[in-house]
Amino acid sequence: MFDLTGRTALVTGATGGIGGAIAQALHAQGATVAISGTRREVLDGFAARLGERAHVLPCNLSSKDDVEALVPAAEAAMGQVDILVANAGITRDNLFVQLRDEDWDDVIAVNLTATFRLARAATKLMMRKRFGRIIAITSIVGVTGNPGQGNYTASKAGIIGLIKTLGAEYAKRGVTANCIAPGFIKTPMTDALNDKQREAILAKVPAARLGTPEDIAAAAVYLASNEGGYVTGQTIHVNGGMAMI
Amino acid sequence: MSEIGERVKKIVVEHLGVEPEKVVDSASFIDDLGADSLDTVELVMAFEEEFGCEIPDDAAETILTVGDATKFLEKNAKS
Ligand SMILES: NC(=O)c1ccc[n+]([C@@H]2O[C@H](COP(=O)([O-])OP(=O)(O)OC[C@H]3O[C@@H](n4cnc5c(N)ncnc54)[C@H](OP(=O)(O)O)[C@@H]3O)[C@@H](O)[C@H]2O)c1
Repeated sequence: MFDLTGRTALVTGATGGIGGAIAQALHAQGATVAISGTRREVLDGFAARLGERAHVLPCNLSSKDDVEALVPAAEAAMGQVDILVANAGITRDNLFVQLRDEDWDDVIAVNLTATFRLARAATKLMMRKRFGRIIAITSIVGVTGNPGQGNYTASKAGIIGLIKTLGAEYAKRGVTANCIAPGFIKTPMTDALNDKQREAILAKVPAARLGTPEDIAAAAVYLASNEGGYVTGQTIHVNGGMAMI
Repeated sequence: MSEIGERVKKIVVEHLGVEPEKVVDSASFIDDLGADSLDTVELVMAFEEEFGCEIPDDAAETILTVGDATKFLEKNAKS
């Protein structure tokens, strides 16, 4: 089950906690991976650890030109893009009334607009091949809302809507589109929280622990696999029971 | 039928899974050949690939029948 031998995957944010675990898990299941992020040295080191079937594709997702070049570069490197994992994401938190336009614009550009452009380019390739898996990493707070994250929650909710439409449009062509909504996962993004914030959040998690990037990667492997082919337009919540939706 | 016309016909038959006899110049992709809007986008992409040319959106909108496609490609095909 869940064999990805012969499949090709492009993973953004592969230099980060969750993206790294996803790329690693897809690779371990046999897929060829193209790993992307802005930090070239980190990508090179990661590719060296993965060994064969790994391609390094640096890309700044806030640049339109960079984004538009990424899927073609992945196709050139791997011959096809069967699986797109749009995982890269940023936060610029502030109380709603204090959110600056640039905090809004930056977050929407990287989280939502880049996801749109990558998914559009990848879907074109996938529909021709009658196979594709679009997997976008959204967030629990895109569904529940969260004080201080008006921009971020809007970007993540936007992704959920975009994925539902993609799922509906391309299901007949063998292309599925789904979201994974992590809860509270231990990564550099959440290491930034202080102990008090951490405790407050943990009190709301029935599983009484932080999630791991591997918890998210397992969901990505399932959605990417042939076995996951009847699941589309969905958001899979991986959150230790923090919200039951 | 021209050589380009034959290639157009072959693509339409393959993509829409219709009987070759139905693919005549006057046949409308949507009304006569059962295509939906996504099928027509795919057809345009397939034409672009086969004939090595770009079909801009405003041109694509005017390609409604098999004959329209052949006429456009006879003028614009690069391969
Ligand atoms: N951690 C959590 O608890 C949690 C919860 C819910 C959702 N998420 C979501 O999960 C995803 C991954 O988060 P993470 O926790 O793994 O965070 P992370 O470790 O901070 O990783 C973020 C990734 O995004 C990339 N990135 C940021 N800005 C970029 C840009 N302009 N261009 C290209 N890449 C860019 C980073 O690449 P470089 O460092 O190379 O620039 C990095 O690989 C995000 O979408 C996040 O919103 C995380």
